[in-house]
Amino acid sequence: MNDTGIGARVRRKEDHRFITGKGQYTDDINLPKQIYAYFVRSPHAHATIKSINTAKAKKIPGVVGIFTGEDVAKDKLGGLICGWMIHSKDGSPMKAGPHPVLAQGKVRYVGDHVALVVAETKEIAKAAAAAVQVSYSVLPHVVDVADAMKSKAQIHEVAPDNRVFNWSIGDEAATDAAFRNAAHVTRIDLVNNRLIPNAMEPRAAIGSYDTGSENYTLYTTSQNPHVARLVISAFHGLAPEHKLRVIAPDVGGGFGSKIFIYAEEVACVWASKHIGGRPIKWTAERSESFLADAHGRDHVTHAELATDASGKIVGMKVHTKAAMGAYLSTFASCVPTYLYATLLSGQYNIPAIYAEVDAIYTNTAPVDAYRGAGRPEATYVVERIVETAARELKMDPAEFRRRNFVTSFPHQTPVIMCYDAGDYAAALDKALEIGDYKNFGERKAASARKGKLRGIGFSAYIEACGIAPSAAIGSLGAGVGLWESAEVRVNPVGTVEILTGSHSHGQGHETTFAQLVSDRLGVDINNVSIVHGDTDKVQFGMGTYGSRSGAVGMTAISKALDKIETKAKRVAAAVMEAAVDDVEFKNGTFTVKGTDKKMAFGEVALSAYVAHKFNSAEIEPGLKESAFHDPSNFVFPAGVHICEVEVDADTGVTTVANYVAVDDFGNIINPMIVEGQVHGGIVQGIGQALAEGCVYDKESGQLMTGSYMDYQMPRAADVPSFKLDFTCTPCPSNPLGMKGCGEAGAIASPAAVMNAVTDALGVRDVPMPATPQVVWKTMQPMKKAAE
Amino acid sequence: MPAISMKVNGQAVCGEVEGRTLLVEFLRDKLGLTGTHVGCDTSQCGACVVHVDGKAVKSCTALAIACADADVVTIEGLAKNGKLHPMQEAFREHHGLQCGFCTPGMIMSAVDMVKRLGKKLDEDTIRHELEGNICRCTGYHNIVAAVKAGAASM
Repeated sequence: MNDTGIGARVRRKEDHRFITGKGQYTDDINLPKQIYAYFVRSPHAHATIKSINTAKAKKIPGVVGIFTGEDVAKDKLGGLICGWMIHSKDGSPMKAGPHPVLAQGKVRYVGDHVALVVAETKEIAKAAAAAVQVSYSVLPHVVDVADAMKSKAQIHEVAPDNRVFNWSIGDEAATDAAFRNAAHVTRIDLVNNRLIPNAMEPRAAIGSYDTGSENYTLYTTSQNPHVARLVISAFHGLAPEHKLRVIAPDVGGGFGSKIFIYAEEVACVWASKHIGGRPIKWTAERSESFLADAHGRDHVTHAELATDASGKIVGMKVHTKAAMGAYLSTFASCVPTYLYATLLSGQYNIPAIYAEVDAIYTNTAPVDAYRGAGRPEATYVVERIVETAARELKMDPAEFRRRNFVTSFPHQTPVIMCYDAGDYAAALDKALEIGDYKNFGERKAASARKGKLRGIGFSAYIEACGIAPSAAIGSLGAGVGLWESAEVRVNPVGTVEILTGSHSHGQGHETTFAQLVSDRLGVDINNVSIVHGDTDKVQFGMGTYGSRSGAVGMTAISKALDKIETKAKRVAAAVMEAAVDDVEFKNGTFTVKGTDKKMAFGEVALSAYVAHKFNSAEIEPGLKESAFHDPSNFVFPAGVHICEVEVDADTGVTTVANYVAVDDFGNIINPMIVEGQVHGGIVQGIGQALAEGCVYDKESGQLMTGSYMDYQMPRAADVPSFKLDFTCTPCPSNPLGMKGCGEAGAIASPAAVMNAVTDALGVRDVPMPATPQVVWKTMQPMKKAAE
Repeated sequence: MPAISMKVNGQAVCGEVEGRTLLVEFLRDKLGLTGTHVGCDTSQCGACVVHVDGKAVKSCTALAIACADADVVTIEGLAKNGKLHPMQEAFREHHGLQCGFCTPGMIMSAVDMVKRLGKKLDEDTIRHELEGNICRCTGYHNIVAAVKAGAASM
């Protein structure tokens, strides 16, 4: 390993611009003649639009244009799409209702986009939006997924009972048989609370149309600009791809919420043409982010786990109602299906599993992938029911898990996935040691002396990242392939530019990708630049989500580097007058076996471009290669997290007293960055467990948690520092042996925290978020019983 | 519109503002100092923290006109003569940032914290003092480490 190669704790190359205030986020960009957008949004959860009167608003000086659903329809701008087709178990396709860019005749949630106002200043646009008169006829609404199938509110014509699909996975008959022969059955009802992603940078867009070239440009806060361009071209029909450039510059966090193609961004770039091409800038206010970013989770689940007399799991049944919100967002349908139920086997050898999922419309913001996307929901079900089963069977929760771990690989689960490598017991052993499990009793007694209730909880999670191969997911309904692309451009002086279809919005690709190049070519990382986020520079790419950029994106780079090495060897062989097979490349130097001939990488690069020393008919000049990588399987990060909490019995305040995470991410490029990803994920999960909960008022359908005053984001004082360690079973399906690390923390931690809270209180369940009020209320009957 | 002048990062600046123009809007829109960010509309997130006359202020909550004649320092003014401030250096060294959006506010709050409480800061104090700065990426672990180290080297 060189000191900037694979495995080194290299400080991030991108940091200098961020710590000096020189980052370039979308809202930091201003274009000549730019004007500003503001959206008129629905104040009702469900209503028909009787009329929209823009006359008064149009008279306000400085207003440039006002657009409604009528304009969108007249221009035949296509609606928003959901890109993953799910079929119900009866074979019928999912019931996707129309999702126009601006509402046409009906609004379906508070915050739904009704009209776009553009004006010379933000203030004028906002004032004019307030002056747009919309007359509504209010309809019945439903916001709770548990009630929505029986509600008299019908959200889309195509779905009379509000059900989008009724999907199933696994062998129902085999699972029923396993339950008939079981010695014990554990049952649990769980709510996976709805979350609002809250990347710190609100969404933003600048859309412009060049009347000369007739090209569109969209600057946007996107995790996947090429997919945005594809959808805006192919489905909205705005312009062919070569006439539309999408640029995602520095993006201030995504967590899934910036994967999707949203109405606001599309509306801005579309409307620019209709006002003579002036660039239109829209920056969401945080209250708009709460209302109109895609939310996460929102599942109601009943699960059952069957065990035999020896404490072996023999079967599992799950039924989940998953909220979709008012419209199907870009990837909404795959989240509670192929990203959720396929992980219900957890780390365990479970011979029979059957799961059924009802996806249901509610009059709420659309729900889609949020950090972990389906896998946190699966882990929550598996790890809560496994912990509960251990308690019912009076077995140590660690030992119950160990008894049921998958121990040989590859392991085919009953729910599609084939786990390729892992050592779950190794992570458990390490976590038990670091967490000092054997002395937990002493710590519990010490807490009791302070009047505190101490509990411990485990979460032995597994997840699947780098969704692939494309042909397989295509057969499951995906509308896209999930490969990644890379191009390696070596300049004549030996510096290197990497063009990647991955997108960094906090993950540190400018550093880790450069580390790979440094490791392979022996080039100083300061001589490597990473180019991403611009469809005019990078030919195509699938973007960053699902912890895919290491395992998929870096593998594509690695394949392109293989080609660079092959070509460079041919050039070096020609220059040094040697046979290609005799040329070796190591530490940035080409040598000829058995001689003292050598050339530095930079010299070979220069020779490739000067092209004086080889026959151009045999070797093309230049040194540039590209690759597309389509993985042969998912990757399967896994690990064990142990959480200890202390609950104040008087106030219900829960404090995370100790948190240990042992993760197996396969080979790690930069441990410093990986640890940072784990820290952040854990805190998002602690947030879900103890603080964050999106609440819509049942009666009014209004979003009650619409600001940081009402939606409790975890703050520094709410969480501890963490104890992290790793195990390593290299992933066999990619040459770097990497798995994914971006979501693991958020996948593992809610179950670990809630198992600890229920352990502390001695109850079966406490709903998330276990706020002081919720915990205090849970404790009151217990206190009364004790009196 | 009234004209105001103030000192920003050591330089005299002036410009016309409306009565309702916020300090952050003046800095970002008029002066092009886009390192100061807006992450919320309720003065909670702290991405907009700058120093006004030596004190940390949420620039989304101060009117520009109320800061007339003040001495304002933003994230762009923290490094001196091409040399990073020790707190900036500490955030990089300890991986105290990921997406970078909250970072300018975090650093400005941290510098203010040291000015008020001294260079020896324990973890509990740092966590309590960061109450007005929200980060969604880092889980705070490395921010706390960075502030501690940055304080010690200031």
